[in-house]
Amino acid sequence: MARMTSALALGATLGLLLAGTAQATTLVYCSEGSPEGFNPQLYTAGTTFDASSKTIFNRLVEFERGTTTIIPGLAETWDISEDGLTYTFHLRAGVPFHSHDNFTPTRTLTADDVIYSFERQLDPENPYHNITGDTYEYFDGMSMGSLIDHIERVDDLTVRFVLTHPEAPFLANLAMDFASIMSLEHAEAMTAAGTPEEIDLNPVGTGPFVLVDYRQDAQIRYQAFQDYWNGPAAIDELVFSITPDASVRYARLQAGECHVMPYPNPADVPAMQADPNITVLEQEGLNVGYLAFNTEREPFTDPRVRRALYLAINKEAIIEAIFQGAAVPAVNPIPPTIWSYNWDIEDYPFDPEAARALLAEAGYPDGFTTNLWAMPVQRPYNPAARRMAEIIQANWAEIGVEAEIVTYEWGEYLARSAEGEHDTVLLGWTGDNGDPDNFMYVLLGCDAVAGGSNRSRWCYEPFDSLLRDAKLTTDLDERTRLYEEAQVIFHEETPWVPIAHSVVYMPVRNEVQDYLIDPFGGHIFYGVSLAE
Amino acid sequence: MLRFILTRVTLVIPTFIGITLLAFALIRLVPGDPIEIRAGERGIDPVRHAQMMQEYGLDRPLLEQYADYIWDVLNGDFGASITTHQPVLREFFALFPATLELSICAMIFALAIGLPAGVLAATRRGTAVDYGVMGVSLTGYSMPIFWWGILLILLFSVHLGLTPVSQRISDLYWVDPVTGFMLIDTLLGDQEGAFLSALHHLVLPSIVLGTIPLAVIARMTRSSMLEVMGEDYIRTARAKGLGPGRTIWLHALRNALIPVITVVGLQVGVLLTGAILTETIFSWPGVGKWLVDAIGRRDYPRLQGGIMLIATAVILVNLTVDILYGIINPRIRHAR
Repeated sequence: MARMTSALALGATLGLLLAGTAQATTLVYCSEGSPEGFNPQLYTAGTTFDASSKTIFNRLVEFERGTTTIIPGLAETWDISEDGLTYTFHLRAGVPFHSHDNFTPTRTLTADDVIYSFERQLDPENPYHNITGDTYEYFDGMSMGSLIDHIERVDDLTVRFVLTHPEAPFLANLAMDFASIMSLEHAEAMTAAGTPEEIDLNPVGTGPFVLVDYRQDAQIRYQAFQDYWNGPAAIDELVFSITPDASVRYARLQAGECHVMPYPNPADVPAMQADPNITVLEQEGLNVGYLAFNTEREPFTDPRVRRALYLAINKEAIIEAIFQGAAVPAVNPIPPTIWSYNWDIEDYPFDPEAARALLAEAGYPDGFTTNLWAMPVQRPYNPAARRMAEIIQANWAEIGVEAEIVTYEWGEYLARSAEGEHDTVLLGWTGDNGDPDNFMYVLLGCDAVAGGSNRSRWCYEPFDSLLRDAKLTTDLDERTRLYEEAQVIFHEETPWVPIAHSVVYMPVRNEVQDYLIDPFGGHIFYGVSLAE
Repeated sequence: MLRFILTRVTLVIPTFIGITLLAFALIRLVPGDPIEIRAGERGIDPVRHAQMMQEYGLDRPLLEQYADYIWDVLNGDFGASITTHQPVLREFFALFPATLELSICAMIFALAIGLPAGVLAATRRGTAVDYGVMGVSLTGYSMPIFWWGILLILLFSVHLGLTPVSQRISDLYWVDPVTGFMLIDTLLGDQEGAFLSALHHLVLPSIVLGTIPLAVIARMTRSSMLEVMGEDYIRTARAKGLGPGRTIWLHALRNALIPVITVVGLQVGVLLTGAILTETIFSWPGVGKWLVDAIGRRDYPRLQGGIMLIATAVILVNLTVDILYGIINPRIRHAR
């Protein structure tokens, strides 16, 4: 500990010299990997978003820290037309952009910056579209291209989005990382200087932290943006110290080399909780791990068979054995942290007797043989799919159902299961925008059967029409009612066995104050402070 | 002599072609392409998928891709990483000094301990010292790097607080890369304590990475020494009345070193592969970790470029060693 104190003293001296302020506080975050880059439009990894959109940029609307609630960001207010097709945003006045060695902004945020940020992704003819490759995966993945008809500049501080069809989750999409707002003036200046690649390498945003320097696989360094529109961050410096191994991150946290670490090994959590210097925060993640029945194949066309197999699975045992307790049993297709979660639905109990009876009623008194696909990789919603499959296999054997476990390499697994080659498949989902639509429509809607993401290939009109109605209205109460009803149908028809929502653990040192777990799995340091 | 060097150099060409072919083919044998992997469970529209494969030039026949790739490489263009969109060559040379610095320190550590230990074991053959050295080196040789690294971190960094857990330098310092070698860059900069911090951070990873070469060097030195010690000229030296110190360290060791040099040369390859694990454990920002990431992402340009560049480094070292002892030992030169 003495070493730590002297190191801190040295750091403070350095801070004094560099910043000339009384006490410079540096928060060190032991991040899990290098970002792919610093323009969140181009990438999809959470690691990249932590290092870019969560620090350097803002969006028109934001998710309130620690929740999935949408709050004003760069747009102070907005109006949505009656028909749900026109969204008009009124921007905050006087929002300053960052500056760096080669760029000093001459103006504050305007509608032009907003239009630039979206047109670059939307329009292949846009001069900036091809600067760093031309793939805008998240923008495309959320179908923004076909959703946005056009964007209009109303005046300096007003911008209007016109949609091709009403889509209530649009507002939530605008709070996502790819919708970060960048400086058009910076893009123009870099192009004029003949260094267009600088646009994405040396990003200029309006966010709470300014990127100071980056060493691949080693460190990212930020400074608090003193002119941040919402007031400067409580810490002066933010360092991402890249530490890919979870055991090493833990060792560094213990040694005081970092203040916050993500993704601990579940096995280390009890020891962390016992450490007097460490506080372990926890929250259910915005995810669901599930088993999908291929409802286009016999015998899974019969809901009774699906329910029988559901009743035979011992979820509690799975959560103990596979998640080591770090998960809650899933009942609905959406996690409880999302609005409209239906708390009235009770899970089917683990009841092999009832399962056998139901199976007999459906015409399979002696069971049948089937296959059970298990992913080859660890995912947040399923840390050990193969072992999970073995438990389910044993559970089903009890009721006479013989399942052969099948696995493929990850890319192959995704492609084949999207084609519906499986009988039953283990998979899961992590939410993008906190909207129930992002789980239910994407994973269980009729359109998603052809798209491949509906692994149960379950297209059920009464369910689907509720989801479609919920897309058309922007009234939150009405949407909540529709989704609650949809969950009842889902429960009755059981196209899936929802298995678990994994719990996210976030060990932080005690001096870290006001850290909140982001339900989207991001890591946000604006609003966090360090005790003396 | 020139002819000897020419033969050696010519032999490098087929090796190099073999490596490029392997690097190219092996990655593509792994199922899943970079586009699919990146999309994950979100999935990607098949039309868009095909379009992106075309953009990356991955839809063309393999032979055509290979020929183009080799042509580009010969022109010094290793392509851009699919992950970061940055040129592979630039990324490689930004990270390689870190790997090299670590490897050099590990080798210094291995030699500094391995050589004397081997000599000691040879001169005290059959004693407790000999068995001790051989036992420890066998253990060292069989040590899984990953486990050994974590073990040392837990003991020295977490429990005793003597060494830092990971990274190249404390997060308090920010050193501008001039040469990329932290020890040199910290000396060039003027931040007080930075050099010591960098040195401090090198201790554990060098030990972990140097353990296997150390074991190999110790064993090799011992057996080579034993052989030399039985030679006539050693007996003559002794008969002349030369002291044991001079006999061993000057006459015997010098001649025993030739096979040891070979082993050291071969260990460079071992070091670079070992660096992949060591770098992951110690969050060392070198090419090892960079390559491992590329496998998971099927980042073909980064992976094949990285393999090729590292292989080139190993080939060059081995070539140098070959030529070196062609020079040192004329018998080798004439035997071919």
